[in-house]
Amino acid sequence: MAFFYYLIFPGFAFAAIVGLLTAWFDRKVTARVQWRKGPPWYQNFADVAKLLIKEVPVPETANKGIFLLAPAVALSASAMAAAMLGAANINWDYTFTGDLLVLWYILALPSIMIILGASASGNPLSSVGASREMNQFVGYELPLVIAMATVVFKVGSVGLGDILRFQAENGPILYSASGIIACIVAILCLQAKLGLVPFDIPEAETELGAGTFMEYSGAALGAFKLTKAILLYTSPIFIITLFWGGIQVKGLGILWAILKYVLFIALFTLIRNTNPRLRIDQAVRFFWVNMTILALIALVLMSLGY
Amino acid sequence: MKETIIPIGPFHPLLEEPELFTLKVDGDTVIDVDVRIGWNHRGIEKLSQGLTWDQVPFLIERICGICSTSHPYACVLAMEEICDIEAPPRAQYIRPVVAELERIHSHLLWLGLAGHFIGYNTVFMWAWKYRELTLDSLEQLTGNRNHYAMFKAGGVRRDFSQKAMDFTMKAMDETEKATKMFLGAVLDDPVMHKRLKGVGVLTYEDAIQYSAVGPTSRPSGVDHDARRDDPFDAYGISHDKGVWKAIVLQDGDVFAKAACRILEILESIKIIRWCIENIPDGEIDAGVKEIPAGEGCGHYEAPRGEVFHYMRSDGSNFPIRHKVRAPTYNNLPTYKATCPGAHIADVALITASIDPCYCCTERVGVVDKLGTKHILTQDDLTKLSVKKTNEIRRKLGKTTYDPYAKMI
Repeated sequence: MAFFYYLIFPGFAFAAIVGLLTAWFDRKVTARVQWRKGPPWYQNFADVAKLLIKEVPVPETANKGIFLLAPAVALSASAMAAAMLGAANINWDYTFTGDLLVLWYILALPSIMIILGASASGNPLSSVGASREMNQFVGYELPLVIAMATVVFKVGSVGLGDILRFQAENGPILYSASGIIACIVAILCLQAKLGLVPFDIPEAETELGAGTFMEYSGAALGAFKLTKAILLYTSPIFIITLFWGGIQVKGLGILWAILKYVLFIALFTLIRNTNPRLRIDQAVRFFWVNMTILALIALVLMSLGY
Repeated sequence: MKETIIPIGPFHPLLEEPELFTLKVDGDTVIDVDVRIGWNHRGIEKLSQGLTWDQVPFLIERICGICSTSHPYACVLAMEEICDIEAPPRAQYIRPVVAELERIHSHLLWLGLAGHFIGYNTVFMWAWKYRELTLDSLEQLTGNRNHYAMFKAGGVRRDFSQKAMDFTMKAMDETEKATKMFLGAVLDDPVMHKRLKGVGVLTYEDAIQYSAVGPTSRPSGVDHDARRDDPFDAYGISHDKGVWKAIVLQDGDVFAKAACRILEILESIKIIRWCIENIPDGEIDAGVKEIPAGEGCGHYEAPRGEVFHYMRSDGSNFPIRHKVRAPTYNNLPTYKATCPGAHIADVALITASIDPCYCCTERVGVVDKLGTKHILTQDDLTKLSVKKTNEIRRKLGKTTYDPYAKMI
């Protein structure tokens, strides 16, 4: 059963398919905003399929083992995160104490693997990208944890199942002042985790020429693309689970869940299309000062009962 | 921390044309920058000497796809100075319209690219969408969306139709709306302020010292505009009547450069409207038959700055010397003043902020194995050629009969 959860539903296969479709939705909406036509729905599938059957050249300067291991670990970690979140939503008892913390660690793994892989490639632009990714990672994790802590303290448990049960009984956390603020912080942190504008600083196509992913091609790049797609699926689910009562599979609940999901994706797309890329120092300051203060305000409000 | 060398180019997604920036960086901060050009030399000046006076403007248009009116404008002004004539009044109003439309499309193009460089692809697409209107107007007026082939010594080649002028007036209304939208929505965006303000500051002294021109120098407070300072055609009259003014700003940063360009679009729209409304009837060509012996200079305020053409005639069919100095040639060295101390992320933006055009700028240059750059003179080129000839002779062996061997 665990393997089915991990590999098929709601883990790897499901998350990858929905993630790639979501990435298409994002691209299509972006295209329409920009007066372009946009790609057909199968574009991302075709891209990944083509990448997977291509050769994987490893640069001479690279540390071969780490260079190739990084995308594999990133992909499996993201699939794991999708499986854990999905499983907890399907059955509130499919959880264990502290699985939110485990999930947080697993969600951090893809970023760490990107840093490792880029550093292992031996390319100067990649290493600049890796250093930026590292700075940004350190930046957004702090407010994200505080935002998560707001939820955890309110619920009084670190289990995903408990958080969902609490929201089913007492109404979603989002419907309170502290919930809204913490949710905004979480959205912006996940925007950075997904590497979308204004936080696509490590990739920065026009400055570093894809930066962290510069030396990657073929199946290894395909694995990273899949990782990003799965994370794009996981991130809204993560926010919905923490703040908006999760996904109810029964009856009309599924429609409502899809609406919530599309709303968050649309938010990500909107932010990414109405902002220029920040500079890394500005991004880190943004997270450490603005976002952290906002998250702390949420925490204080929560403790006061708002 | 160790200094790292980061090459941008010669072929890089950031660059539309081949050139090489070698950035010396410490961490994420740029210490020094070296710019190397010379991948795009096409020998335009030499080609020009092999064409008749009538053919030269067609060739000169192809120096640059974007300034495809500024170069011929300066070139025909140089020819007219040799002949000591002026274009007929109607042509004097037609020329600025074409040239200012070109400025609008060039600045919108730059705005889009600048947006793309800082990851703001929506601005990229929107700016280029509104640029279409300008290109459509040019197509209506001249028959071409680019490379308009309008200029000749002593006038223009084609007249404007009333229908095309009406279309242009409507298009200008739309463009004005769009430009004001950019001015408000894009330049007032706080994130844009964060990215653009205080970045790559070119001080007034540096702008003077590096001889920067055009929208690279005017935002630094250098009050210079070739259209106003050395008036020609309808520019002088319209400026005296207060139709337009040169945009001069004080900050010298990338934000000021962007603002300067957007404001210039609005000024260009005013010039176009005034010229179309006040265009006189009459001839469009002075009918120049011969270019007498002599020399002439022409300069025009291209979208990137002052472009300068020098031509010399010996009374024959061809120019015997044609020298082009494109604005980017002056603006490139300002990188030395603006890049050091900047963040790597800003270098892309700073290098883009002068709106560089390398194909305009490239003259003869070679890079030897040690990496030192030389500019070759006529003598050097001759020596190289002789060396090659001798090499071929040596390979062919002594059996070859060569009557000219003694002469070299």
